[in-house]
Amino acid sequence: MTVRTDALPTQEMTINMGPQHPSTHGVLRVILTTDGEVVTRAVPDVGYLHRGLEKIGERVTYAQFMPFTDRLDYLAAMNCNCAWAWAVEKLAKIEVPERAEYLRVIVCELNRISSHLIAFGSYTADMGAFTPFLYAIRERERVNDLFEMLCGNRLTYNYARVGGVSGDAPPGFLEKTKEFLDYFEPKLDEYNNLISYNKIFVHRLANVAVIPAEEAVAYGLTGPNLRGSGVPFDLRKDEPYSVYPKFDFKVCVGTGERGTPGDCFDRYMVRINEMRESVRIVRQAVARIPDGPVMAKVPRLFKPPAGEAYFRSECPRGETGIYLISDGSVNPFRLKIRTGSFVAMNIFEKVTRGLMIADIVAVIGSLDIILPEIDR
Amino acid sequence: MEALARSLMNAVPLLAGVPLWAVTLLLIVAAAVVILVFALTFEGVGSLVLRKVAGDIQARIGPNRVGPNGILQFLADGVKLVLKEDIIPANADRLLFKLAPYFVFVGSFAAFVVVPFGVGLIAADLNIGIYYVMAVTSLVVVGVLLAGWASNNKWALLGGMRAAAQIVSYEIPVGMALIPAVLVAGSLSLQDIVRSQGGLLGIFGWNLFHNPFSFFSFFLYFTAAQAETNQTPFDLPEAESELVSGYNVEYSGIRFGLFFLAEFGDMFIVAALATACFLGGWNVPFFHAATLPWIWGNLLSLGVFLAKAFTMVLIMMWVRWTLPRLRVDQLMRMAWKYLVPLTFINLLGVSLWLLVFKGKGIPAMIASLFG
Repeated sequence: MTVRTDALPTQEMTINMGPQHPSTHGVLRVILTTDGEVVTRAVPDVGYLHRGLEKIGERVTYAQFMPFTDRLDYLAAMNCNCAWAWAVEKLAKIEVPERAEYLRVIVCELNRISSHLIAFGSYTADMGAFTPFLYAIRERERVNDLFEMLCGNRLTYNYARVGGVSGDAPPGFLEKTKEFLDYFEPKLDEYNNLISYNKIFVHRLANVAVIPAEEAVAYGLTGPNLRGSGVPFDLRKDEPYSVYPKFDFKVCVGTGERGTPGDCFDRYMVRINEMRESVRIVRQAVARIPDGPVMAKVPRLFKPPAGEAYFRSECPRGETGIYLISDGSVNPFRLKIRTGSFVAMNIFEKVTRGLMIADIVAVIGSLDIILPEIDR
Repeated sequence: MEALARSLMNAVPLLAGVPLWAVTLLLIVAAAVVILVFALTFEGVGSLVLRKVAGDIQARIGPNRVGPNGILQFLADGVKLVLKEDIIPANADRLLFKLAPYFVFVGSFAAFVVVPFGVGLIAADLNIGIYYVMAVTSLVVVGVLLAGWASNNKWALLGGMRAAAQIVSYEIPVGMALIPAVLVAGSLSLQDIVRSQGGLLGIFGWNLFHNPFSFFSFFLYFTAAQAETNQTPFDLPEAESELVSGYNVEYSGIRFGLFFLAEFGDMFIVAALATACFLGGWNVPFFHAATLPWIWGNLLSLGVFLAKAFTMVLIMMWVRWTLPRLRVDQLMRMAWKYLVPLTFINLLGVSLWLLVFKGKGIPAMIASLFG
């Protein structure tokens, strides 16, 4: 919503939002210039969580960097693990056993569900409804249980390996996964009944911070943020990797269901719908998973040939691209990571102009940023 | 109070030598202490119930560590709030900063004086009871605005400004929605309003069922009052996810505790007013509590009143944990574009009804059909 500010000129006020603020989803600092409640300018100030992951990547071996990718996006650690593994495998041209690929797809999609659950839950909490957040956490716990069963960890999994995964699925894992899917799928309708189409919620999100399709492309948005603007671009479909071509799923896009295409509500709805598609993918993967080894033969002292590789994969928060240059030694010569959240920050200043303070929170939540991804 | 003091002096010979003003003063202090103790207990229990109910709604357990099943949690909270360091920010306006919690606290607690808890359980049956509640709870806005201003914190200032705009706006629909009850009873005294809903009609004697307009005005009142007391979905002044916590962000220790208590106090006042004005107050259905011996009549009516009021509080909590929050412009639009006109139309409707049907409600008319 835009508000006329020319009628009554008042003095502008600069407010510091963050780095300690409940709704900036981490240590994001936004410098707000406001005219009363109306934000005339919101400049994001990133960098409070910079750990130099890319530099670290150049000092450790390929295998040693795997735990660091957990910290790239701690809500979707599996996706980052696998992205790293796929990138290194692309660099070294390693053939991965099919069972391992299936397991990777299963954990990636499960992690997408749990990550979108947090996005959904924290978004509703930002909008003032705290209850759905705890419902989302309850469901996420079950995903965490599954991952704990698989690799022993609940947040930073360190599950993928260059050439496969760290261990095969324990007995009962696939059945438990199926059980979870049966339990979880009806919950999405419950969420929609509970909050998605709540009148207040829709009023808060519809027509707020509209990102038109061409602008979304121009600013390099990816993932749900891009699809929310109605662009059906999904790396799992458009640049297929792993065993994704074998699965039948739909690319969810924003349709302007309750307002303009590309508004906060569309970005929110894309995530809700994507969880359903992830459930479909996991169902198919669990049904069709082949037997066999889960690890390719990779030498202990792993030295990929000199060369470079860029691998991009569809993470819950957009494209995670990993650019690797190898000089033939045990550690990468250069590592560059491109993340969805960082790119989403570019458009922040543009879309927040003229909004109200409460809308700033709505925009941050709808872009679903996560700070370790922004700052790396 | 003076009449009570006189009767007390007649009854107890020991008091005969004490001057009348002293006994009256003593009684006033005693009543204040009783009210305060009740209010504090209510707020303690209220916060516990709130957290337990919140736990149930949110698929979690809620407090269960202090005492059996966590029932002593509110005492632990209270002790904690008292023991915490009282921080006054260096750049704050010290005097106003210290003053603000008292305004909020007094504004919320003074309203308890006229709440009709039972047949004879009312600290002061003012003949302008409703008017007094409306006036005294307006003090809250002064305190909130002071707190926001004196903190010298921009978030607190925004919260204070929001609160001021909101409370002032919503006072109009709240007042207008209460007037139908006043019109039906023909009195501003809360005791009279409650008494007017008694009689042999049972729950159909309530103002809620008096006529379609009074039915409607109950919901208007409840909605507007939620906003006036800053409850979700209208909790913008303390919107945690936007303003960190709004006007009280710089407060700590017992000063914060006073804001916190006042919030529960407001909640109960809203529930109590809704009960007294629309839900029959302490009237026991199909039964005249005043005919019982003083103690039993009062206990019974107190129980009925508290049961109704607590039900209303629970509904408020339920709403609080269900709905998201409005944006500030939507909130203002709702007040001025919808609630204010609706309450005025409603008031007109009730007035016309009372004029046309000579003050009779639908249940009374139906009852007269059957003799």
